[in-house]
Amino acid sequence: MKLFAYAAAALTAMSVAAAADALEDRQNLMKERGSLMRILAPIAQEKQPFDAATVLDALEKMNANAQATTDVAALWPEGSNTGDTESSPKVWEDMAGFQAANDKFAADTAAAVAAAPQDLAAFQAVFRPVASNCGSCHEAYRM
Amino acid sequence: MSRSGKFLLSLAVLALAGVAAFWFASAPQPLDDAALAELEGGDAGRGEQIFWAGGCASCHAAPGATGDDRLVLVGGVRLETPFGNFVAPNISQHPQDGIGGWSAGDLGNAMLRGVSPAGEHYYPAFPYGSYTRMKPGDVADLHAFLITLPEVEGKAPQSEIAFPFSMRRGIGLWKMLFLNDEPVVALDNPSETIARGQYLVEGPGHCGECHTPRNALGGLDRGQWLAGGPAAEGGGRVPNITSGEGGIGDWSEAEIADLLETGFTPDFDSVGGSMASVIRNMAELPSSDRDAIAAYLKAIPGHPDGS
Repeated sequence: MKLFAYAAAALTAMSVAAAADALEDRQNLMKERGSLMRILAPIAQEKQPFDAATVLDALEKMNANAQATTDVAALWPEGSNTGDTESSPKVWEDMAGFQAANDKFAADTAAAVAAAPQDLAAFQAVFRPVASNCGSCHEAYRM
Repeated sequence: MSRSGKFLLSLAVLALAGVAAFWFASAPQPLDDAALAELEGGDAGRGEQIFWAGGCASCHAAPGATGDDRLVLVGGVRLETPFGNFVAPNISQHPQDGIGGWSAGDLGNAMLRGVSPAGEHYYPAFPYGSYTRMKPGDVADLHAFLITLPEVEGKAPQSEIAFPFSMRRGIGLWKMLFLNDEPVVALDNPSETIARGQYLVEGPGHCGECHTPRNALGGLDRGQWLAGGPAAEGGGRVPNITSGEGGIGDWSEAEIADLLETGFTPDFDSVGGSMASVIRNMAELPSSDRDAIAAYLKAIPGHPDGS
C-alpha cells in the first residue's frame, strides 16, 4: 500500500515535471519563431535587402520548428495549462482545432521551403501565408 | 397621531424621498435638441473610417468573422465579466432584429449617452464611456455608413446579468460616477498629431476600456490610465501600453504604428486574443491615424503595470 502511495506520488511529480518541461519546450519553440521572423519580416517589408541564401536558411529553420510543434499532445499535455503560460484554455477545449492550426502552419512553411524563392516577389508570395498564421492562431489560442 | 405613528410616517416620507432621489438621479439623459441637430447630414465615406476606428465589428460581427463578413453585424460576441455575461446584439439594418429603424439621433443617444431609443440605460459593456467623447459629426457619419450595410435576420442570445446589476436603472448612478466626456489626460499644448491620437484613443478607439484597470464598481481607474492589468473580460492580463515599467517605453513611435498595422511587436511576437481583431480594424485606418495613436501613447504619463 505504502509502495503504491510512493508510486502515485512519484508519478504525479513526474507528470508535473513533464508539464513544466513541455511548457518550457513550447516557449522556446515560440521564441525561436520570433527570432526567425526578425530575419524574414524586415526582408518581406523591404527594410532589409533580399538574399536568397539567408531567406532559405531561415525558412528551413522555421519549417523544422513548425514540424516539431505539430506534436501538440506532447507540447500541450493536460496539466500544462497553469503557471507561466499564455496558452488560452481553448487549446485544451478544442485540441482538434489547435492541431489543425499547427498543421496548417507546418504545411505553409513546408511550401515556402519547397518554393525556394529566388527573388523578393517570390519570397513575399510564400511568406505572406506563413506570417498570417501567427495572428490567426494567437487570436484563437492565446490569451 | 401617536409618537410611534409619527415616527413611522416620517420614516416612510424619508424612504419615499430616497426612492424619488434615486429615481431622479438615475434617470436616462438623452441628448437635447441642439445636440440632436448636430447629427444631421452624415457622410457614409467618412463613416466607414469611424466604423473601423470605433471597432464596431470586433463585437457586433459574428465571432471570428474575417473579410467582408466583418460588415455583417449580426452580433453574438460574448463578454464574460464579473457583472455578468454580456452578448453583443445584432446592429445590422434589420428592422426587428437589428437597428434598421434607427435615426442618427437614436445612434447619438446610444453612443454619446448610453440611452436606447426606448429611453433605457445600456450596460457600459457597450463602451459609451469612451464613445461619449466622440464628435457628434463623427456619429452622424457612422450612421450614414451603417445604413449602407446589409439587413441580417436573427437576434443574438440574451445577456446573462447577475442581481443587483440586472436592475438597469442602477446604471444611472454608475453614469453619475463614471460617465464624463472630458479628455482623460490633460496634455499641455499637444501637437495636432497628438491631439488626433488622443481623440482616437480616448474616444472612438476605446482603448482604455480594456487597457485601464477597473475598480470594484466597474469604473475605469484613471490614475492608472492605459497601465493594463487583470483582464475585465475573459482571462489573463492586458498589457501596459504606457511608457512606465512593464510597458512599451522602449518602443519607438514607428514600432507602435507597425504593431497597429501588422500585429507584430518589435520582437516579432504577434498579438493574440481580442487584440487580433483590433489590429484588423486599425489596419483599415490611414497610416496618419496609427502614427497619431503612437504619438499620443508616447506623450501620456507612464505608469507601472496596473492592478
